Amino acid sequence: MRKAIFICGVGAVSPAGWGVRALRESLARGQPLPLKELPRPGWSEPLRVRAVPPPSARPGFLSHARLRRTSPIAQQSVAAALEALGEDAARVADGSSRLGVVLCVMSGCVNYSRRFYDEVLKDPVTASPLVFPETVFNAPASHLAALLGTTAINYTLVGDPGAFLQGLALAADWLLSERVEACVVIGAEEMDWLTSDAYRLFNRRAVLSDGAGALYLKRRANQVPAVELREVTQAHLFSNRQTRAEAARRARDELGPGGPDRLLCDGLQGLPRLDRAEELAWRDWLGARLSPKAVLGEGLMAAAAWQCVAAIDALREGHYAAANVSIVGCNQQAIGAQFATNSCASS
Amino acid sequence: MLFPPPQQTGPSPRVVITGVGVITALGQGWKANAEGFRAGRVAIGPVTLFDVSRQRVKVAAQAELPEALPPTRLRPRDHRRMERAAKVLLVAAHEAWQQSGWEPAEQLPVVLGTTSGGMSLGEAYYQQAIQRPHSHGKQPTRVLHYQAQRQGQNLAEAFGFSGPVIIIANACASGANAVGHAWELLRRGHAERVLTGGYDALSKLVFAGFDSLQALSPTLCRPFDAHRDGLALGEGAAVLTLETLDYARRRGATVLGEMVGYGAATDAHHLTQPHPDGDAALAAMTEACTNAKLAPDQIDYVNAHGTGTPLNDSAEAAAINKWAGDNARALPVSSTKASIGHLLGGAGAVEAVVCLMALRGQWLPPTATLQTPEPLCNFPIVHQPTEAKLEYALSNSFGFGGANATLILRRWK
Repeated sequence: MRKAIFICGVGAVSPAGWGVRALRESLARGQPLPLKELPRPGWSEPLRVRAVPPPSARPGFLSHARLRRTSPIAQQSVAAALEALGEDAARVADGSSRLGVVLCVMSGCVNYSRRFYDEVLKDPVTASPLVFPETVFNAPASHLAALLGTTAINYTLVGDPGAFLQGLALAADWLLSERVEACVVIGAEEMDWLTSDAYRLFNRRAVLSDGAGALYLKRRANQVPAVELREVTQAHLFSNRQTRAEAARRARDELGPGGPDRLLCDGLQGLPRLDRAEELAWRDWLGARLSPKAVLGEGLMAAAAWQCVAAIDALREGHYAAANVSIVGCNQQAIGAQFATNSCASS
Repeated sequence: MLFPPPQQTGPSPRVVITGVGVITALGQGWKANAEGFRAGRVAIGPVTLFDVSRQRVKVAAQAELPEALPPTRLRPRDHRRMERAAKVLLVAAHEAWQQSGWEPAEQLPVVLGTTSGGMSLGEAYYQQAIQRPHSHGKQPTRVLHYQAQRQGQNLAEAFGFSGPVIIIANACASGANAVGHAWELLRRGHAERVLTGGYDALSKLVFAGFDSLQALSPTLCRPFDAHRDGLALGEGAAVLTLETLDYARRRGATVLGEMVGYGAATDAHHLTQPHPDGDAALAAMTEACTNAKLAPDQIDYVNAHGTGTPLNDSAEAAAINKWAGDNARALPVSSTKASIGHLLGGAGAVEAVVCLMALRGQWLPPTATLQTPEPLCNFPIVHQPTEAKLEYALSNSFGFGGANATLILRRWK
C-alpha cells in the first residue's frame, strides 16, 4: 500500500513581504515587484535587486538569545518555518512531535562570510569571533532547531535551486522510515552585493532577490483539502554528456503529460537565455502556468521554495487538482515535483 | 525518481565498502595513511599555503598534492580550473573508483560532505571584486568552481556517470553525515551503489575563523589530554564506494568492510559549543547502535571526534562514559586528529576510513600526542601503536550548529 506524505503547512518570506498571503497577493497581481538599489562598493552605479522589505513588526522570535545577532538568512528561514509549522511549533517544543529539519541553500550565509573575510584581509588579528560561526552553512538550521527545541536529525544541503526538491524527497524518506514524525524543509538565501555581482556575470538582466520558503511535511493530513507530495523526479545532472535542455526534458517527461485542470509552477524569469531550456521542455503544457520568479526575482534556493509554496497554495485554494513544479537549476540539475489534492492523489 | 521510494520487500540490504581513497597530511592513498595512522605519526607543521604571520597559531596539517592529477575523463582545462579542495576530492575519488572496479552508469548517486567547498576561489573572487571592481577576468570561473556542487559534478564527469549530487554541509559532521546518508540510500532501496565521502582544504578564511575563536592550539594538539588547549586544522579527503552486498556479490567485488550503523542528532545548546553532558553525541551513538542491532559492549574501538578543545573532549568523554557504562573501562578510544588535524567536512569520512584500516589490520591507531590523560575519561585512551582483535569500530563526528553523527563499521572476514 502506498504511504502518503502530506504538506501540512507552508511559509514564505519574499520581496512581496513576510508571509504566504503577501506572496499570494503579489503573484495574483502578476506584476514584477519594483526594483531597489543595492550599493556595490567600487561602482558609481548601484545594483538593482528585489529584496525582502522590513517586517511590519519586529518578529517575536528575535528575542531568543540565539537569534539576536543572526543574519537575514537565519531570520527569514525561521520566519518561514514558523509560519509553516503554525500551532505545531508548540508540539515540537514540548517534545510531543519529533521534527526533522532540512535547510537548502545555494549561497548561504554570505553577509557574514563577506564581512568576516573582509576583516581577515584587513588584519586577521582583529577578525570577529562572533561573526565567524554565523558564516557556517548550517547556522540557520541550528538556530531554528534551538528555537524549536528539536534535537532530531537536521541537514543543510548545498546545491543549485534543484536541491530544494532533493530536500523534499529526503524529508519524505525520513518520514516514511519513521525517523521523524514531522519535517520542515526550507529554501533560503540572503541579499548581498557579492552574490548579485556574481550572478550578473552570467546574465546582466537577471535581478536577484532573497527570502525563504518552507514546507511542513507529515505522514497525516491536518487540513482539508489535504495536499500531498506525489512525486519528485530524478535529479537530471547537467554535464558534458547532457545539456540543460536535455536534462529539463527528462525531468518534464518523468512528470507525465498533465491536463487542463493542472497547474505548472515554473522557474521562468522572462530572460530568454536563462529560460530557454525550461520553455522548450514545457512548451506542450496544456494547463495553467505560474512563474513566481518573473514577479519576485531570482531568489535561487528561496525561489525554488516559493515555487512550491505557490503551487501548494493554489491547490489549497481549490483552483487545481494537481500542480507540477519545474526547477531547471543554475548550474547543477533539472528536477521536478508534483503535488496533488488528496482526492486527486487517491484517484 | 527520488520520491516515492521503491517498494521494499524483506529486510534492508547489507551495505559493504568495496573501494576507498584517502589523502591527508600523512600522504596519498591507503598504504601511506594506514602506515601513518598505525604508527601514530604526527603530520602537523608550519602553514605555507597562505600568510599566517598575523595569526595567533601558525601550524596545520597540510596535504601534499600529487604533481599531476590522476587521469580521468576530465580535460586538462578542467584540471586547471580546480582548486585545492576539488583536487583532494578527485585524488581520493580516483583511488576509490579504481579499487572498486566500478563501471559508469546512469543514476549513480554522489553524496559528499564539506564545510566550505572551493573556499579559496571564493576568497580570490572577493579580493578581485574589491580591489579591481571593474575587472571580471576569471571571475565567472571562480563563481562556478567555488560552489560545492561543482566538485561533486566533477566526479561524475571524471568517471563518466550521472546521478543526483547531494552535498551535505553540516559543519564538521558533514563527512560522517554524507557517508551515513549514502548508507541510508542503499538500505532504503534508492540505489545499489553510492559514491560518498567528505573533503575540505585549508583556506585563509576558515583558518582565521578558528584562530579568532581561539580554538586552535598554540602548543600541540592533544586530544583527551588533561592539559589540551585546542585543535589543529588539517585538510584532505576520503571517498568510499558503498554498495549493497548483493550487488557486490553479483559482480564478484572484493569487500573491504561492512557499514552497519548510522546515527544523527542535533545539539541545540549553542552554535559552537556542545552541551557539557554530550547529550546529542550520546543520542547519535545510541541510534547508530540501535540501527546496527549492537550493544555498546560489542564495540571494540571508538575513533572519537576528539578535537583537542577543552569543551569538545569533555562533552564527548561524558557521552562515551554514559553510553558505554561499566564497559567503558575496557573500551579503547583514540583521536586521530592528533596526527592529521581536524579535516572539518572531510573528518568524518577520513575517520571512517581509519576505522576500516584498523578493522582490516587489527590494530588501534594511537592519539600520538597524549601526555596526561583527561581524568574525566573512564575509558583507556590509546596512545601508542597497539595490536587488537576488532570486530566493530565506531566513529564520532560533531560540528558547529550542533550536528552530531556516528558511524559503525564491521570487519569483513
